[in-house]
Amino acid sequence: MASSTRVLPLLALAAALVGSPVQAQQVVKVGIVGPFSGPFASSFGTPFRQGIEAYVAQNGEKAGSTRVEFVYRDLEGPNPERAKALAQELIVKEKVQYLGGFVFTPNALAVAPLIQSAKVPTVIFNASTSMILSKSDYFVRTSNTLPQVTVPVAKYALDMKVKRVVTAVSDYGPGVDAENAFRQTFQEGGGEIVESIRMPLNTTDFGPFLQKIRASKPDALFVFLPFGPPTFGFVKAFNDNGLKTAGIRFLGTSETQESDLQALGEAALKLETGYYYSAAHDSPQNKAFVETLAKVKATPNPATVAAFDGTHVLYKMIEATGGTANGAKAIEAVKGMAWESPRGPMKIDAQTRDVVQNVYMRVVEKLPDGRYVNRETKTYAAQPDYGLQLKK
Amino acid sequence: MGLIASIIIDSVAYGMVLFVISIGLSITLGLMGFVNLAHGVFAMAGGYGAAWLMRTYGWSYELAALAAVALVALLAWPLQRLLYSRLQDRSDLDQVLFTIGLVFVGIAGMGVMFGNAITPLPLPEYLQGSVDLSFRVIPTQRIAAVVVGVLVLVALMWLLERTRFGIETRAAVEDADAARALGIRTARVYVMGFSLGAGLAALGGVIGAELLPLEPYYPLKYLVVLLAVVAVGGVGSPLGLFASALLLGTVETAAKYLVPSMSSIFFFATMLAVLAWRPAGLFGRAH
Repeated sequence: MASSTRVLPLLALAAALVGSPVQAQQVVKVGIVGPFSGPFASSFGTPFRQGIEAYVAQNGEKAGSTRVEFVYRDLEGPNPERAKALAQELIVKEKVQYLGGFVFTPNALAVAPLIQSAKVPTVIFNASTSMILSKSDYFVRTSNTLPQVTVPVAKYALDMKVKRVVTAVSDYGPGVDAENAFRQTFQEGGGEIVESIRMPLNTTDFGPFLQKIRASKPDALFVFLPFGPPTFGFVKAFNDNGLKTAGIRFLGTSETQESDLQALGEAALKLETGYYYSAAHDSPQNKAFVETLAKVKATPNPATVAAFDGTHVLYKMIEATGGTANGAKAIEAVKGMAWESPRGPMKIDAQTRDVVQNVYMRVVEKLPDGRYVNRETKTYAAQPDYGLQLKK
Repeated sequence: MGLIASIIIDSVAYGMVLFVISIGLSITLGLMGFVNLAHGVFAMAGGYGAAWLMRTYGWSYELAALAAVALVALLAWPLQRLLYSRLQDRSDLDQVLFTIGLVFVGIAGMGVMFGNAITPLPLPEYLQGSVDLSFRVIPTQRIAAVVVGVLVLVALMWLLERTRFGIETRAAVEDADAARALGIRTARVYVMGFSLGAGLAALGGVIGAELLPLEPYYPLKYLVVLLAVVAVGGVGSPLGLFASALLLGTVETAAKYLVPSMSSIFFFATMLAVLAWRPAGLFGRAH
């Protein structure tokens, strides 16, 4: 009796030792690369972590019978060399089977050759340039692409019988792409672009731009600005220079994202934006999501839901492969996958591996309790990435 | 006509904000001879302090602003005595390295205390919105900034040119040994001058918060613009800084109306041109 209790664990251990090289691993590691410190932490890094943790809190630590472990690596800003080094370290030393995260396009592009040769499926939580996914067969995206949210805004402007629009974008890659996507769609629909203004990225005083815009009396203004101080300054100036009272509509995309909305406050009222996630989205999935986040006092941000859904995709891949490292099989398993996310219905396109989702037009409103929300007013269902259809 | 009037109005409003946020730096740099790249930390501390007092204790904007400015000036006292005074006689490079280090400490500290997102500094009712000038409107807060800027300029000119403190400060910076030999307590003059600079920085942080919103990376983000305004004006000269702020403000604003995408290039091209013409700045004296 006594001897058998001692032998049994030994036997189990021996079995485990013999079995482990061929059998599925009990723990699968996932490497997450994002800005967990520095100026982008509050809009991306922190929401990434909270989104992942919210998913784990709702669905447990196991995908099927495999325990999932997340390994976080901090990458403050656009830094392709460092992105590559981090991905390499995660794959070779940490032996991660999957990667996730990536805020900036250059960082995502830098790891493409690496994940292609190592066959490591990588879920992009943010980087939104269309062509990234074509650089490796192992990329999947759960955020959005820039044209995907911009084209519906232009369609909305046409639907609302808006005739004359001024575009004002920050003068950098994404701003120029947004201007381009808006202009093409709007002009093809018969709208008139009165003027296109590109504002230097380091602008602090937006007053003169807005005076100039006001003088040309457009029906609406289409903007694209990076989050944080530029958005804050521009929205304030939009109010202070009397454009809102003059009845000029403010059309944007991510400017009113939840992590900035309360700070914008009163100034954000009535701004109209087209985006894929509003914390005020009315569905049981979103209610549960918001409640889970509230337990850790986290704000549901678009980046949070992108990480939440990214984790869902990661779990499905791990489940499909039973924990074995089989990148091709894992990617096959999520192609064409559709599910109900806190943002609404979404799908991974079977060909492009890009996200197909509803884009909601929202207007900023103040709730009786004093909080500001993006209330959805119109839905553009199942929008693809328009990036490849647009002319450069 | 409307366009020219608009350019002038916006230029003055923007220039005065530039003046208010950089006057503190000009004082420490010129009068104290200290390369204080951590100027933005004091400015940010003023803004955050005011926001915190308003939110936590429900103080009015004016009271919170005054208290925050006083608080920063007061806290600068031990800081100067314990840290800055040790570097007063060291090389510029040592001072640069030290204060840049302080910038990073400030960024991390504010991030921990207030979070990495923007902290709003709400304006009182009468400063919100805008004033109608019939052909256009102008934000009320900008008018307040212009008034504060002019008051600061006049008060500083008086303080530096007409009072004993001003004379002692200039003497201590010009030749510390001779000043000491004449019985001027230079250590005390330095700490008072530094405290004044810090207080003005804090005031700039509060007044400028509409254009330069409060967030932890504030000190690093706006350092280049601040240094540009101070360099063009000539360090230590309030009048020079005033001229510089108006000049750079006008150039950038006019460019925004006429060639929007080139506005920041014009700003720095003007800086280059002025410094090529007068390396010590508009009102600076060559040392």
